[in-house]
Amino acid sequence: MNTMGLEEYKGVYVFAQQVDNVLDGVAFELLGKAKDLAKDLDTDVTAVLIGSDVKGLADSLAVYGADKVIVVDDPELKEYRTEPYAHALSSVINEYKPEIMLVGATAIGRDLGPTVSARVATGLTADCTVLEIGDFPLVAQPGKEDEQKHKQLLMTRPAFGGNTIATIACPDNRPQMATVRPGVMQKIAPIEGAKANIVEFNPGFTPDNRYVEILNIVKAVKTTANIMDAKILVSGGRGVGSKENFKLLDDLAEVLGATVSCSRAVVENGWQPVDLQVGQTGKTVRPQIYFAIGISGAIQHVAGMEDSDLIVAINKDEDAPIFDVADYGLVGDLNKIVPALTAALKAEM
Amino acid sequence: MKIVVCVKQVPDTKGGVQFNPDGTLNRAAMLTIMNPDDKAGLEAALRLKEEHGAEVTVVTMGLPKADEVLREAMAMGADKGILVTDRVLGGADTWATSTTLAGAIRNLEYDLIITGRQAIDGDTAQVGPQIAEHLGLPVISYAQNIKIDGDAVIVERQYEDRYHELKVKMPCLVTALSELNVPRYMTPGGIFDAYDKEVTVWGRPDLKDVDDANLGLKGSPTKIAKASDKVRKGAGEKVSLAPDEAVEYLIGKFKEKHII
Repeated sequence: MNTMGLEEYKGVYVFAQQVDNVLDGVAFELLGKAKDLAKDLDTDVTAVLIGSDVKGLADSLAVYGADKVIVVDDPELKEYRTEPYAHALSSVINEYKPEIMLVGATAIGRDLGPTVSARVATGLTADCTVLEIGDFPLVAQPGKEDEQKHKQLLMTRPAFGGNTIATIACPDNRPQMATVRPGVMQKIAPIEGAKANIVEFNPGFTPDNRYVEILNIVKAVKTTANIMDAKILVSGGRGVGSKENFKLLDDLAEVLGATVSCSRAVVENGWQPVDLQVGQTGKTVRPQIYFAIGISGAIQHVAGMEDSDLIVAINKDEDAPIFDVADYGLVGDLNKIVPALTAALKAEM
Repeated sequence: MKIVVCVKQVPDTKGGVQFNPDGTLNRAAMLTIMNPDDKAGLEAALRLKEEHGAEVTVVTMGLPKADEVLREAMAMGADKGILVTDRVLGGADTWATSTTLAGAIRNLEYDLIITGRQAIDGDTAQVGPQIAEHLGLPVISYAQNIKIDGDAVIVERQYEDRYHELKVKMPCLVTALSELNVPRYMTPGGIFDAYDKEVTVWGRPDLKDVDDANLGLKGSPTKIAKASDKVRKGAGEKVSLAPDEAVEYLIGKFKEKHII
């Protein structure tokens, strides 16, 4: 490990992910959290915007709390590829020396983050659910009070399939890097009319053996609304039994103005597309009401939905673990209960 | 062609987990399996071997008992197994783990390195890309399909709403998704042969171009401040009623809460 001049590193930075020149919602959420952290550290928030012809996006980052926007704009950065992006972000880190670097735990961030952390020789904590400023160790060892470090980024994350929670620090290296899954942090109320303080930076891009060639880009057909934005989710699992039987859930969702989502087993069976998947390898959701229908409640699924305001579970297995997190659990046949519920709600509304 | 596959023996997270007093995981006390994404990576390597001819070497870092996943891999059809184990490597985070594995792989000839996308114990997805970075190789993460095209690989790289078909010259590193394939079972003959094949055991001195300062708990930039079992919100009410009564019950609750 490098011994760095840690005090040289200042500011909270956010990787502002964009794809097809549209900013990802997680960028705004990270800015919201970055503002809290920056306040505790008495510093400011910088967004790092990487892409081709993306300068126009900078103002919206200011609207959601970026005090400064570093723009790395180059034709090589049009589509995400690990190498030019890792070069861009690690060059920004080496040039501007942030003390904290936050990255969305997306399919891009979970590739870019580890590559950059290895390149700048620092630690990276994945999929954090809580970020705060505090002391490390949390409690000073008696007689070693002066070894306790203050104003550290404490990164809390689930591990072991959601069975445990660990709080992690990166006391001796900078920046302290963390990824955060979409939907976990809250964006701030927009600062209408905010204009970005833009800094342009280009480290130069020379293709080498690590630049991959993109032969083809295949976009999935957009199926439904984003399940992370839904107020009510009607979610089905293996117990639904077939692709066709999701009709029962579609009907219930229609009455409630809800969105249909699903468990991993459903995606693996090809009954629903992967963008509807809730859980550790899918999306983290926190709707006002979550219906878990024919979902047994594997820990990996629960990790993605347990923060929902109200959870209703319908399952024929009375020992299904989903009942351990459900506010209301109905033990019985979903094929009978769901249509009856749909009819009853229709009558009520 | 020479393919190196990195696999990890992981606790079966469906069972309970146990900790050492220092907050690190007590791996010795838990039931274990071959990490699912790694197994898909191994299966992909074995299919490439059948199609193009290849020598498949499986590498793992872990306790001496991690030798079990290498036996399993060889029973599935891998040619060689290398166990990297040493007391000084314990407690490693992803940086120290990837440094260790890169140090082991530097001793090997390879065209293609395959790792799983992520392990079910840590779920970080970091070790694969970090190995590539230490070795100066191109990395393609989240592979849902891997093909060989002459001296290059063509990989479908999955994103949330699309995939990219990518091509890169070997040597390179690819991280595999479980969706890539359905791994084969071990065959009885394979199991028999696997116990005849030798597992190579490497310790700290066998790692190439690696600094002690980057290994094990001491060489890990990230440190555990606290680890604990997750406190979950308790169960609410559970009823076993006839369908109509169950619906009536739920509607009643919704009215109570002013949801409808």
